[in-house]
This record gives sequence, structure tokens and C-alpha cells, in this order.
Amino acid sequence: MKVLVAVKRVVDYNVKVRVKADGSDVDIANVKMSMNPFDEIAVEEAVRLKEAGKVTEIVAVSLGVKQCEETLRTALAMGADRAILVETDAELQPLAVAKLLREVAKRENPDLMILGKQAIDDDANQTGQMVSALLDWPQGTFASKVDVADGALLVTREIDGGLETLKLALPAVVTADLRLNEPRYVKLPNIMAAKKKPLDKTTPADLGVDVAPRLKTLKVAEPAKRSAGIKVANAAELVARLKTEAKVL
Amino acid sequence: MIYHAPVKEIRFALNTLADLPSICTLPGYEECSVDLVDAILEEGARFAEEVLAPINRQGDKGAVWRDGEVTAAEGFKEAWQQYVDSGWVGLRAPAEFGGQGLPALVAIAAEEMWCSANLSFSLAPMLTLGAIEAIHHHASDALKAVYLPRMSTGEWTGTMNLTEPQAGSDLAQVRSRAVPQDDGSYLVTGQKIFITWGDHDMADNIVHLVLARLPDAPAGVKGISLFIVPKFLVNADGSLGARNDVRCVSLEHKLGIHGSPTAVMSFGDNEGAVGYLVGEANKGLAYMFTMMNHARLGVGIEGMAVSERAYQKAVEYARDRVQSRAIGSPDATGVPIIRHPDIRRMLMTMRAQIEAQRALAFYAAAALDRAARHPDPAESASNQALVNFLIPIVKGWNTEQANEITSMAVQIHGGMGFIEETGVAQYMRDARITSIYEGTTGIQALDLIGRKTASENGLTARRLLAEAIEVAGRLEALEGFAGFAANLRSAVADAEHGVAYILEHFASQPALPAAGSVPFLKLMGIVLGGWQLGRAVLEIQRLKGDAEADADFFHAKEVTTRFYGEHLLPQTGGLAAAIVNGGESVMELDDRLF
Repeated sequence: MKVLVAVKRVVDYNVKVRVKADGSDVDIANVKMSMNPFDEIAVEEAVRLKEAGKVTEIVAVSLGVKQCEETLRTALAMGADRAILVETDAELQPLAVAKLLREVAKRENPDLMILGKQAIDDDANQTGQMVSALLDWPQGTFASKVDVADGALLVTREIDGGLETLKLALPAVVTADLRLNEPRYVKLPNIMAAKKKPLDKTTPADLGVDVAPRLKTLKVAEPAKRSAGIKVANAAELVARLKTEAKVL
Repeated sequence: MIYHAPVKEIRFALNTLADLPSICTLPGYEECSVDLVDAILEEGARFAEEVLAPINRQGDKGAVWRDGEVTAAEGFKEAWQQYVDSGWVGLRAPAEFGGQGLPALVAIAAEEMWCSANLSFSLAPMLTLGAIEAIHHHASDALKAVYLPRMSTGEWTGTMNLTEPQAGSDLAQVRSRAVPQDDGSYLVTGQKIFITWGDHDMADNIVHLVLARLPDAPAGVKGISLFIVPKFLVNADGSLGARNDVRCVSLEHKLGIHGSPTAVMSFGDNEGAVGYLVGEANKGLAYMFTMMNHARLGVGIEGMAVSERAYQKAVEYARDRVQSRAIGSPDATGVPIIRHPDIRRMLMTMRAQIEAQRALAFYAAAALDRAARHPDPAESASNQALVNFLIPIVKGWNTEQANEITSMAVQIHGGMGFIEETGVAQYMRDARITSIYEGTTGIQALDLIGRKTASENGLTARRLLAEAIEVAGRLEALEGFAGFAANLRSAVADAEHGVAYILEHFASQPALPAAGSVPFLKLMGIVLGGWQLGRAVLEIQRLKGDAEADADFFHAKEVTTRFYGEHLLPQTGGLAAAIVNGGESVMELDDRLF
């Protein structure tokens, strides 16, 4: 079984981003970039499936600027076998990413595609669902457990009422939720070995995908500063104010 | 206590100042590249921040000794297992025995992060690597085959057993004995003190390297041999056998680094501890000296690394703590203390020295790699001279200043800094040992003025000072740096006075330059640190046009350098005066009048 894992290069979760002065976007110049944490979970899951003997090959794919190579090297150090970079300086929105992933999937013919449920930069939570629709593959989103049994995939998902387990026919798309696993620390020998693993490059044009943005960002702004709270004397006053002032009760 | 590995600073010092790309072209280091090192730094930073830093505080409660067995501080055993699993011990262990064999420069960068995150923990791999290095360079192939593979992974740790109660800085006094046995092994008896990580429960076996005398050994330093004495004997098939007759009889109660068990080791209380001679008899001390540069560089890194951690803590507190209005402000509202000039002066004093020290230490590590691997013998020798000269300075200056810098971090915390709960006091206590072990500052300074300056007629000292003058010359025309350049020139002149004084008096009246040797070491640290920061500013001018230029980083580096020029470089005048004028008053007073 072959798995395609999509990984995105995003601003590191520790970085406090700032909005550009002109309000056009957040400023990511010279900030630390890392693999999207949900994608790390996706890679980890693929590696665990391989270690369990259920997967034979893991292909990591990333889309974006040249520096995404670093993100792919991390995926290779975690245990992916080879990597593909779809290189472009263009802004990539979820639909374009989904279309590019569809083309990569057509070439690679994986049995399973795993992605993070969302990226921590735009929080779109769309790509997995879109690529599933484009490929007409079943989808198991917000996965907290994945197992392969009898040529099908059992995906436990976190839903409002608790947990739901789906059985998906392969090939399928899975998006990883936080509780799916805890990614490992990369081992030094694997960082060294990752350098020698194959990393192929292609472009949106090679894949025949028009990535022109369909959505336009009008404005990016900092959240309004929270104003100071007030102290209430007792619970009765709290209830009264919630009723009369906040009108939430 | 959060730690953020200063990866940007480390990368700048590695790539730009210590020229990592050229180190990666040396024979045997072709596998290394800037990209690879970036990946190593990213993962190393993560490990330091997430695994090692969080257990530093609980490590301060110390390891526990009970009935001759030591239990490591809470969480250390698990962290060691993760460290081993991640393969970090192998970073600079030899490739033929399972390590990665990466350059010292790369190893030093990773070690900075381990030391900042958790100094006590970092000593276990540091000592293990020292033992690996000694065995690799000097032991027989048979001994290497038994010990190195499992030490390179960290399954077994290593120790250095040198000191005895009567033999500290003066190892000629070593009394431990080793008696040859019919099977070619030796029975070792004696007591060793101050053995870092001498016993613990983190690894399956502990490989002690022990200095001892053979029965027919000549007196003094030329009669000391080096032995491997494992905690558990190793069977022919590589499995662990009987418990050897070596025991930890107690742990020292120390001022700091409580997480690192400092053992009193007793060899041969019963039948005698089985040991194996490393290399040739009576050459033990010479073997130890071959590792000394690396070990002393490592301690210099420790000092700088603890300073860095203390600086981060101080900045965090200074941003957070609100006290008093801003000076000169009509608004009576309290401001974060980072707005107050004296707090800023302290923070700048800390960071300016840390950045200079990191640059100088990495520069020395690069020279260490070139000395070891450069194919041109002349280049190799020239770099060895640099290493020899720079090591006592990096070791002595970084650690002496670590005491000041960590103390400043306490000062910035005010009364809260004096309360253990705040956590900053631990850095001050932990730093205190670094200017003592692996040769006190006094020992480093004597080495510097004697073997490293007088005996080569000031050659390397003047070569480095000439480089500093060259940098000053290039900085003069740069807007905003004329003052720095002038102060660097003046500091070089002060250093030159010191060198001249040492050369003039070392043979005839050695006590006079010796009395000023520590001031000279500090003076050289300040000058050479200024030289490195000056180089950094020049490199920045070159890099400013790059697409990825980091304006904030460059600006901070330039302001920090200017601060260094205005606050640190002028100190050399006072130090030079003490060196050239102050020897006689040091020596004059009769001992009984002290």
C-alpha cells in the first residue's frame, strides 16, 4: 500500500505574527517557518502504518516556494521514502492545492492520501475535503484513529456527539486531527539519511493546473484589543448584570 | 522556565563568522552542508526546548545516593533514553563506531543548546564524548571494538576519573595504583573525587577512564597511566558480566549543577577493580592533554550557554515586571522595567558579551576542525596555533563572565531573583562551577601567558591583534562605527602593552606577569570579542542587500556592537594598567599579613 502525505510550510506555531503596515497580509519575512503541526501528525501516522507493515511506500508532497524543500526534508527525516515539490511562488488557495494534489495523485496512484485537517496559518480546513471530491474518493476527516483492515480503512473521527467510526473503501482521503498521534522527535541519523532520499520537483504548469486565486483578501487586521473587565461584588450581582447588561441570561 | 534556542544567532555565528561552508569541504566532512546543519539545529532546538529545558528545574533537587547506587534526578532517565533514541550522542562520535562524525563546529552549536536547556544533563553526553575521544585516539582496536559502539549510541556513558583529594590542579600527586595481572588486565585501587556522572541509573553500563600508577612507574606526571574500568565487566560475547569492584561511596553536596551527580568513587575496596590499560604505560596524562582543547572549549560553551539562558529569563522578567514611571516622563503610570536605563544597560551588557563569546567560541571550533583535517600541513599547523591560543581565552573569559552575567540576571529580578522559586538563581549557581572545573581561570591564564604567549614569542597573539586592527580599519569609514573602530584600536594597543610586558618579564620575573595573567586573559577576551563583533558588522553590510536580509536582526547586531564598543572595549585600559604596573603589590605582602 502506498501513501501520499501532503505537508505545508507555515509560520511556526511559536511565532506571534504581525500584520503588515498596509493591512494587506501578515508579515512573514524572516520569521521561523515549520511544518504545519497537523501535517506532522499526518506524516507520523503514515510512518506508523509503515512500521506496522501495512504501508510499503510513503511519498511526501509539498506545494509552494523553494524553501518547502526544508519541510519535505523534515518529512523524509521522519520516515517518508521520497518527496515531491510542486514549486511555485504564486499564492496557493485550497482549491488550487486540491487540484494540484489531484494531479499528483493521478501520477502516483496512492492507495491513501493523508493530510492535516487544516493548516495553522489560514485555518481553511478545506483542502482534504476538496481533493476528495475532485478525485471522487471517500473521505475520513478529523481522524483520531486510523487502521487498515481487509483492504479497507477504518477511520475514527471526532464529531460533536463523540466518536464515529467509518469504513472507507480505498483509495481514500484522510485528514488528521490533533489526537491521532503524537509525532516523534526526529532522529539524528535520519536527518542525515533524509539528505540522500529522492526529492523530485515539478510545477503547477507541468501538472496542467491553473492556480490563479479565486478569492481576494480585502484586508487583514489585528484582533481588537480586549478592554479591561470589571469586578463584581458577588454572584447575585453577576447574574443581575448578565441579565440586564450583557443580556445573555 | 521557557528556553528558546537562539537558532538565528547560532546560524549567523556558524555560517557567517565561523565559515561553516568551508569546514564542510574538509576531508571527511563532505557529508556536512549548511542545509543539513540547519535541519540539525531545528531538531536540536526542539529537543532542547521540549525535552531538556522542562526538567532543568527539577534537576536542581539533585540525584539521590543510596547504598552505593545513584538514582538520577526526576525525569532525567527518561530524557536520557529519548536523547539516546534520537541519536544525539553520536553527533561527533566517530563514524566507524556508529556516530555521525560531524565537525566540532556543528557539535559545539548543538552543545550550546543542551547546555542552555539543562547544564546538568548536558554533562553526561559531554563526559561520554570525552571518554569516546580518549578511547578512539589511544586505546587498542580490541578495546575500541568493545566499548565504542555502545558509547557512541549512549547505551553506555563515560566518565573521567582524574582528581584525587590531594591531586586537583596538580595531577602529579595522583596515588591510585594499578597492578598488572596474568591475563593482561590490571587491578586498580584508589579513591577519586569530583567524578561527574560517576554513577547513575540512566545507562546499562558506565565506562570509567581512570588515571593510576603502575608499581614501577616513575614519580610525578611521567608515571601516570590511563585505564578503562567498566562498572560492569563485559563478556567476550559483548553481554554484561559481573559487577566490577568500583563504587560510588557518596555524592558531593554542591553549590550548583545539582542534577549532575558528582561522585566520590572508590576503586578496589574488595578484590580490586579490573581495568584495561589504554595505549602505553605512563602516558596517561599526555593522552588526557590531547582531549583538553575540546573539553575546555566545551566548558567555554557551557559558560556562554548558561549566560544565554539567564539573559532570556531576565528579558522575560524585564518585559513583564511593571515598576515606576519611565524616567523623565510626566506620566506617573508604571512601565515595564525594560524601559528603565539601568535595566537596559544590564541586558545590553549581557547580550553583547554573549554574542561576542559565541562568535569567538565558534571561531575557535572551526580552527579546531581545520587543525585536525586541513590537507595542507601549513594551514593545519597555523590553525592549531590559533586553537592553542584561543582555548584558554574562550574557557576563561566565557566562564568568568558567566558568573557576572548570571548575577546580573538575578539583579534584574530584584528581590525576586534572590528567591529560589523564581528560578534565575539556579543559573547563577550552575554557572559557578564553569570557571573552576577543567582548569580554573587561574590555570587558563597561566597557560595563556606561558605556553601560549611567552614560549612562542607572542606570535599568535600579535597575529590575532593584527586581524583586529584590520577590522578596525575597515570599520572606520562605516557610518556610525568610527567610535567603535577607535575603541577597538585602543583596546588592541592595550593588549599589545600586555603582550610586550609578558614577553619582557616572563623569563626573568615570571611572578610579575603571572600576577596579571587573569586580567590579561580578560583583556584578550574583550579585544577578540570586539574583533568578532566588528567582523559581524562588516559581514552584515555585505548581506544587507540579500532578498532574505533580516533587518531587525541586523539592526540589533549593529546596536549591540556599538554598545560593546562603548561599554566593554574601554575596560581594556584598566586591565592593561593592572598588568603592566600591578605585579609587585600582588607579591609584596608577607604571607603572615594576609
